[in-house]
Amino acid sequence: MTVSVDTERTVRLTVNGVPREATVPVRRLLSDALRHDLGLTGTHVGCEHGVCGACTVLVDGAPVRSCLVLAVQVEGASVTTVEGLARDDGRGGQVLHPVQEAFRECHALQCGFCTPGFLVTIAAGLEARDAAGEITDEEVYDLVGGNLCRCTGYANIKKAVRHAAATMAISAETAAGPPAISAETAAEGGER
Amino acid sequence: MKPAPFRYADPRSVPEALEVLAAEEGAKVLAGGQSLLPLLSMRLAAPATLVDLNRVPGLDTVEVTGDGVRVGALVRHAGLLTHGGAARVQPLLARATANVAHPAIRNRGTTVGSIAHADPAGEMTSVLALTGGSVTVASPSGERVVGWRDLFVGPLETSLPAASVVTSAFFPALPPRSGTAFAEVARRRGDYAVCGAGVVVTLDEDRRVAAVRASYVSVGLTPEVHDLTDAVAGSPVEKADWAAAGALARTLVEPDGDLHASADYRRLLVGVLTERTLTSAADEAVERTPA
Ligand SMILES: Cc1cc2nc3c(=O)[nH]c(=O)nc-3n(C[C@H](O)[C@H](O)[C@H](O)COP(=O)(O)OP(=O)(O)OC[C@H]3O[C@@H](n4cnc5c(N)ncnc54)[C@H](O)[C@@H]3O)c2cc1C
Ligand code: FES
Ligand code: FES
Repeated sequence: MTVSVDTERTVRLTVNGVPREATVPVRRLLSDALRHDLGLTGTHVGCEHGVCGACTVLVDGAPVRSCLVLAVQVEGASVTTVEGLARDDGRGGQVLHPVQEAFRECHALQCGFCTPGFLVTIAAGLEARDAAGEITDEEVYDLVGGNLCRCTGYANIKKAVRHAAATMAISAETAAGPPAISAETAAEGGER
Repeated sequence: MKPAPFRYADPRSVPEALEVLAAEEGAKVLAGGQSLLPLLSMRLAAPATLVDLNRVPGLDTVEVTGDGVRVGALVRHAGLLTHGGAARVQPLLARATANVAHPAIRNRGTTVGSIAHADPAGEMTSVLALTGGSVTVASPSGERVVGWRDLFVGPLETSLPAASVVTSAFFPALPPRSGTAFAEVARRRGDYAVCGAGVVVTLDEDRRVAAVRASYVSVGLTPEVHDLTDAVAGSPVEKADWAAAGALARTLVEPDGDLHASADYRRLLVGVLTERTLTSAADEAVERTPA
């Protein structure tokens, strides 16, 4: 047979802009590869069957459940985790992404377990939409509707989405907006 | 939990995929993985080998002609949802896809995968049925077209042999003087439907109701198409008694009760959603019927 059938593979990918490599059993979930093989524990694992959204990361710019992707499937892809949302401030430090700022400002987290999944989903969704238009309730519900939070009751998360959308609209207006997270593929997060 | 160990291949063509599927005992196709990987992690399935289609070129296209919409095996729900050409020829596609899961799952899950998965709670199986669609299946013995009636055998069960790849699904165009609509009730936004309804209304040249068909989600073990024409046949569209069509639908379906809803509640929803969707499908049918 010409096709190779493997039990283990070496996967090369870009994570948060850095080329990375890991040799993994083929059954390794992307969520586990990020946490255990690459040491990026910001991505959280809740349900491990696609329901909670805690493990959401961006693959080539689009939000996906990292527990529903095999590590071998992201060979050659560009992955952004919550660790990759903050930007260099040009002075050796980092600035939070507007969505992270908004979560802090609006008290949109309590235990923080669900937070990484919300942050990457909302960040990709807000960057994919036209920042100038005021965000609608429908858009907000769609951005948060795929993620579960057992603590907050969602009110402050929705508040944070509106807050982040507003700050991103202002920075888009002043043109010096935050650089887009790998926008190679248009994220679908804000569509519906 | 984690999936049980398996072997993995990512072939670069459909014939290569078929070669591995035929050679490996207990091999299974992996498309978007949004149904298969949960089953693996819950240890409800433990295939010996996964044959990943994602690196096969040419399967990710939506072809739109006057006859209908052909959706390739690697077209994601998100891609079909935002495909303007597909929506013009068969508006039911985007309307139903908007109800499939959450955006992050739609970014990865495929339309064809959800048809091959044959979940009675899936939207696209009943859309395939309602539009009178079919799938194209490649197997070691060649390629053939399988109509929806011959495809769905039971819940999570199709008539397809193990060594086969569905290369595309075909949804015929919305006929002239017709309108369509889709609606569902789910416990939470993006969840599987407690009950969903898709309908098609067709008028005659005098804008009288000529045909009414409906198909439901999470009702029955396999998708079915119900003819509701008798309740409203010949009625001028603006006077049509859509509630009567809803009442007829309630007598035709055989829903089951489960943790999420009783059979009676599902039957009630069938009536409500039928009336609601028919009202908006009729508006579209009127728009598409020259005065
Ligand atoms: C939290 C959550 C919510 C969801 N909500 C919904 C919902 O509301 N409605 C809904 O319809 N779906 C829902 N889904 C499922 C989702 O739509 C899946 O994308 C879809 O059911 C399967 O498509 P897939 O491409 O992911 O297939 P996979 O998971 O890769 O495969 C599913 C099955 O189909 C077979 N298969 C797939 N493609 C082919 C092919 N081309 N040829 C032959 N066999 C094939 C596989 O072998 C497997 O048995 C949800 C999933 C999750 C995790
Ligand atoms: S851990 Fe992936 S969705 Fe819950
Ligand atoms: S903050 Fe605790 S689960 Fe959301």
